[in-house]
Amino acid sequence: MKLDPAIRDQVLGTVPSLRAFAISLCGNIDRADDLVQETLLRALAHIDSFEPGTNMPAWLFTILRNLFRSEYRKRRREVEDADGRYAETLKSHPEQTGRVEFEEFRVALAKLPADQREALILVGASGFSYDDAAAICGCAVGTIKSRVNRARTRLADLLAIEGADDFGPDRATRAVLAGGGRN
Amino acid sequence: MGERGKDDEMKHRKTNVEAVEPVAPKPETQDSMTRPATNPHKPEARLGREVQARIGQQLRAMYDDVVNQGVPDHIADLVRRLGDHNQN
Repeated sequence: MKLDPAIRDQVLGTVPSLRAFAISLCGNIDRADDLVQETLLRALAHIDSFEPGTNMPAWLFTILRNLFRSEYRKRRREVEDADGRYAETLKSHPEQTGRVEFEEFRVALAKLPADQREALILVGASGFSYDDAAAICGCAVGTIKSRVNRARTRLADLLAIEGADDFGPDRATRAVLAGGGRN
Repeated sequence: MGERGKDDEMKHRKTNVEAVEPVAPKPETQDSMTRPATNPHKPEARLGREVQARIGQQLRAMYDDVVNQGVPDHIADLVRRLGDHNQN
């Protein structure tokens, strides 16, 4: 039996945002696309468990996040992107205005703990409600709110300090990562 | 002097822990639950509107950069192919 075209279109309609989220998790565009493909395979194999009329993006984001998390546990040290690899992946988009400011933003975002970055992106960029974001992340609404607040505060701190890179802890962290980050 | 060395080590540990993962949040007290999101102990937690707006803009611009790429052909093909041969 064919997939209901309306459902198929909902899936396709979610793909662009799903990719953007995947890239923010993986910090790597190729792995993000693999993750999206794997998510779609999984989703379409279990399309019966999707209730028509409910939130398709939230359903797909949840699957993608769970896949990423199970992979993340296996490959934790590779995925840790505090070294700014997330920033690297999105570097060359010449159509962007204010490139320098943009770069600073991306580097700062990459420095956030993964939980905070994820919460901030779901709420601030994907446009999910706090409730949906909490469902996607499998945590309490209050936890999402607190992560989003901490993420914003940390970003503001990082962006407010001119040349924040030159300060102690970050430099120390970067030195450690540069020395042992890649195997 | 041995003690001193230990102290230094502790300091470094603390820095590393903070850099990797935030310390588990303390359970919310009744007092903090009734307060707005700002934390009185941390003045930097109160963000200016302007800063918040800028963060929001940058975040969406970055995200939309990818969203605007649309659906890559190979993914569109995959969804159509799977949809046509759905076993359910």
